[in-house]
Amino acid sequence: MRFLLALLPLCLPAAAAERRSGFDDMAPQTQAMQRDDSANPGMLWVLEGEALWARGCASCHGDAALSMRGVAARYPAWDAATGAPIDLAGRIAQHQGAPRLARESQGLLALTAFVAHQSRGLPINPPEDARLAPARARGAALYTQRRGQLDLSCAQCHDDHAGRRLAGSTIPQAHPTGYPLYRLEWQGLGSLQRRLRGCMTGVRAEPFAYGAAEYVEIELFLARRAAGMALETPAVRP
Amino acid sequence: MARVLLNIPARAYPGDILVIRTLIQHVMETGYRPDADGVVAPRDILRRFTCTYDGEVVMEADFSPAIAANPYLTFTLTATRTGTITLRWQGDNGFDQTETRELVVV
Ligand code: HEC
Ligand code: HEC
Repeated sequence: MRFLLALLPLCLPAAAAERRSGFDDMAPQTQAMQRDDSANPGMLWVLEGEALWARGCASCHGDAALSMRGVAARYPAWDAATGAPIDLAGRIAQHQGAPRLARESQGLLALTAFVAHQSRGLPINPPEDARLAPARARGAALYTQRRGQLDLSCAQCHDDHAGRRLAGSTIPQAHPTGYPLYRLEWQGLGSLQRRLRGCMTGVRAEPFAYGAAEYVEIELFLARRAAGMALETPAVRP
Repeated sequence: MARVLLNIPARAYPGDILVIRTLIQHVMETGYRPDADGVVAPRDILRRFTCTYDGEVVMEADFSPAIAANPYLTFTLTATRTGTITLRWQGDNGFDQTETRELVVV
């Protein structure tokens, strides 16, 4: 028995290794770009966010390296004010005074990237909060539901065919490890919601509007599925 | 001001070959791209990059609309003397940004 228990830690990394970040499937050149902070264009938005933080956030929150460390790793979280789950960008946009930052605006992307960057390298750590369970279950249902003219579900690509190729791209396992991230195709920084919209229009489905509850539900599901994987913000993706 | 990421050594020995790496935030809008309504966005690109070392031009580049957003440039120079490295990007709509770094050669 003691012998079996001793083996257990050896088995765990093997199981974890089956999950691959999108990073692992990238070309070595793109990986090098993400690794090097002076070549990773996402760092431009982190710098921008740092300046915004100094102006509008530091007065209450102080040094982000202390106050925001680990925060991004446990989002989406329960928001008592609205009685619903909320993602990190929504949290940031919501509690500051006017003018409100719009979804996917450069300012909100920069602040979200800066806050999430404080958790780079930390494991995704979804909160054990029973109030999140119904939304996460809806996210799981959305993930397996077929949609669009191509009539494909997320799971059909990202579970059944992950690692295989779709035209020029390797289909990743769809772990939300790097957001907001710099996508070479976008030539800019974008949120997970933008990524999900891309996958929805890709199967010729009508995407949900930015900020829709469905995105947070899918993100809750994806975060649980990726629990323990390291955050990479700002990641680079092809 | 556009955000810039620079990787430039601060100290070197004479004869060292230094790798300079620069990344600047810029949309590099080609001038050929129609938006969802078919309206072509006007061109907005960087046109020129110049690097001087202690007053002497060591690197020049002309940019074209085919260059990606947030252009990354890397090049080398040989350290010979202590001096200022000046990097200048110029472009459409009066874009003109200069960054300087001191290089100490010991
Ligand atoms: C037709 C196959 C297909 C379907 C269906 C699809 N995706 Fe994707 N997805 C892709 C491909 C291919 C990529 C990578 C694109 C690239 O690298 O250019 C991707 C990327 C992603 C990523 C980014 C992963 C990373 O490393 O950043 C996420 C997250 C994701 N998809 C989630 C979803 C969700 C959620 C759905 C369902 C709403 C979905 N996808 C539906 C093919 C698909
Ligand atoms: C007037 C003070 C104040 C300012 C200014 C402020 N915050 Fe907050 N923030 C708070 C308080 C208080 C909380 C925790 C209570 C709550 O959840 O509302 C909070 C919570 C947060 C959280 C969630 C933390 C967690 O542990 O879940 C984030 C993220 C955040 N703030 C980011 C920002 C950013 C980014 C800015 C600048 C744009 C900012 N805040 C400006 C007071 C402030």
